[in-house]
Amino acid sequence: MISLAGRDILHAWGKFVFTGIGLGLLIGVTLTMAGVYRGMVDDGKALLDNSGADLWVVQKDTLGPYAESSSIYDDLWRSIRAMPGVAEAANVTYLTMQVGHGEQDVRAMVVGIAAGTPGTPGWPPYLVAGRQITRGHYEAVADIASGFKLGDVLKIRRNRYTVVGLTRRMVSSNGDPMVFIPLKDAQEAQFLKDNDAIRMQRRRTAANPAFNRPGVPGLLDDVIASQSSNNYVNAVLVRIKPGYAPEEVAAPIRRWKRLQVYDRTQMEGILIGKLIATSAKQIGMFLVILAVVSAAIVAFIIYTLTMDKIREIAVLKLIGTKNRTIAAMIMQQALVLGLIGFVVGKITATYAAPLFPKYVLLIPRDAGMGLLGVMVICVLASLVAIRAALKVDPAEAIGG
Amino acid sequence: MKRPHLQPRTLTLLAVLLPIALLFIYVILRSGPLAPVAVTTTTVSTRAITPALFGIGTVEARYTYRIGPTVAGRVQQVDVQVGDRVKAGQLLGLMDPVDLDERIDAQDAAIRRAAAQLRDAEARQRYAQTQSHRYEKLLAVHAVSVEMMDSKRQELQVATATRSAASEELAQMRADRAALLAQRANLQLLAPVDGLVIRRDADPGTTVVAGQAVVEVIDPHSLWINTRFDQLGAQGLAAGLPAQVTLRSRSDRTWDARVLWVEPLADAVTEETLAKVVFDTLPQPLPPLGELAQVTVTLPATTALPVVPNAAIRQVNGVRGVWRLVDGDLHFVAVELGAADLDGNVQVRKGVKPGDRVVVYSESALSAHSRIHVVEHIPGVSP
Repeated sequence: MISLAGRDILHAWGKFVFTGIGLGLLIGVTLTMAGVYRGMVDDGKALLDNSGADLWVVQKDTLGPYAESSSIYDDLWRSIRAMPGVAEAANVTYLTMQVGHGEQDVRAMVVGIAAGTPGTPGWPPYLVAGRQITRGHYEAVADIASGFKLGDVLKIRRNRYTVVGLTRRMVSSNGDPMVFIPLKDAQEAQFLKDNDAIRMQRRRTAANPAFNRPGVPGLLDDVIASQSSNNYVNAVLVRIKPGYAPEEVAAPIRRWKRLQVYDRTQMEGILIGKLIATSAKQIGMFLVILAVVSAAIVAFIIYTLTMDKIREIAVLKLIGTKNRTIAAMIMQQALVLGLIGFVVGKITATYAAPLFPKYVLLIPRDAGMGLLGVMVICVLASLVAIRAALKVDPAEAIGG
Repeated sequence: MKRPHLQPRTLTLLAVLLPIALLFIYVILRSGPLAPVAVTTTTVSTRAITPALFGIGTVEARYTYRIGPTVAGRVQQVDVQVGDRVKAGQLLGLMDPVDLDERIDAQDAAIRRAAAQLRDAEARQRYAQTQSHRYEKLLAVHAVSVEMMDSKRQELQVATATRSAASEELAQMRADRAALLAQRANLQLLAPVDGLVIRRDADPGTTVVAGQAVVEVIDPHSLWINTRFDQLGAQGLAAGLPAQVTLRSRSDRTWDARVLWVEPLADAVTEETLAKVVFDTLPQPLPPLGELAQVTVTLPATTALPVVPNAAIRQVNGVRGVWRLVDGDLHFVAVELGAADLDGNVQVRKGVKPGDRVVVYSESALSAHSRIHVVEHIPGVSP
């Protein structure tokens, strides 16, 4: 038995394959859009994974440190470390800012990490080049997405930092690359104003008679010193001991330290449910529109392809071909077209993904859903074409 | 059996579709979760490392002299400017004596008056003495009464007492004058040592309180760096260790220095240990006080132990360890870390042996089930 569909495809294979490739580009865009959405969610999860924390202790009544600003005293970690079930507690600061790099600047999330050994909560969990920070000041580990290279000097506020290590996929929930610097420098960067502002502040303090008293020499200097130091951090990252449930550790801290504590699930809820909710919905909406448009185009293509050979179908009917054979031919062609489209789409999406400025995550589940969707759309679209083909009058083969 | 007849058209179609299909298979296997994770590895070697401590500090003077009046007053003159070198004993400034000179004049007059009074008392005493002698002779020949004689003796005693009171008063007046002169001298602001003027806080006409500095002088040979080391990394910090100092204004060169002492008091708020670091030879020109300096203290070399790069150290389920590569499979082994140096080498006390292959860099987080692909450099990283 010869395959009617195969013969027909061979008959005009160029047209068929190029239609498939065109369709593939459209499917590729749809897959990429799904990847953009997955990438946004993954950015949020990467942020949580990379912090290496089980619990986040933040200022009471805030959604910090990522979704809202939170500031707590930098010595609180000591009392949190002493709570039952806490294996490690480390201060951390987060500040999204422009980091100077030569003439240009790069948008980055500056993370202040507590002194310690690699593996301390907040430290980059793995590197792709260089080494972890060993000096307590003026060293940085940057994400490769920031464009920094080993040995580069970057500028944060007034200090210069040498890039000693590079990471990958260390991003904020907005997809900004992270730059890790020692905590003390980060505290200063977060608080330190420019020199003009500091001078003005000094003048203002000096003009205040309460602080500048002739009878008390040295008071002014002390007041100014206390004004220009920062002993706040944004959060304390807590790693819990094996055998403890997160809530078991979180509840006493919440109750006795009067601080807000989030566990991993709650933090994901905040990041994905609140921080990126609107943009995710936006992308989701766009994805739905793209899917509908793709489905419509697939249907049109298959319908047009069938209509192009309506005279041949009439001839087939004239020579007594069974309806089933004709329907199978059209459906097989539709499925093959869909398959070529999907394959081309998947390849396009895979090679296009790294070109996007933000992370695009293509997951096999999305690809599987895409394949299923494409096949279902092709079947539905071919049904319309089959209906049109079967209704054709065999007389058209000779008459028309 | 009939061989399938391959027309040129079929071949062309296959020529187009086959590469696409192969590319698709390649894409599926090489991207996404099925793709192997690129890692780089290193072999653990045994060697000694030279740990070092890194701290920052500010340039300060060991000896600072804040020179000012001991009583409140107004500044009359300041003879030195910031940056002047001064000698020990040099006059730096003067406080306004207000009425002190007049009081000294008055004291001089009072001394002269007391001297006159003393002369008066001496004259009276001499006269009383003479009278007393005369009456004693007269009493011997019974020319005067005993009562008269007693009266003359009493007059002599009164005159003697008056004379010694006048003499003491003169001494007191002189002492008062000396006190005034001392106060006058105290109004001079003198340099206690050879030094450098670093501040001139008050100009002539300014009223300052007791203890407030008018001029600040430092001993420029006593510059040191008040250095802060994070307590976590301060193990082994001790007096006498060699150090390298980089000044913020001259970051292209370093100066040799050494740790003078480690402060017994640490900063409890900032969790830092403080140490004083002195230059072996002072930088010329002198760095300004308060300039930021980076200090690297070199510790003695440790004994040889297996060494891994700190990028190899990972945290898995709360355990610190390294990924060991055994026959292409990943095994996570917990390690106990020892000394570390500033170049990112860490000694391992327990966990790995020399010759073990461990993962250093990886493209993403690893697990025991990760498929890996050992490379020279992680893709995307310029070598």
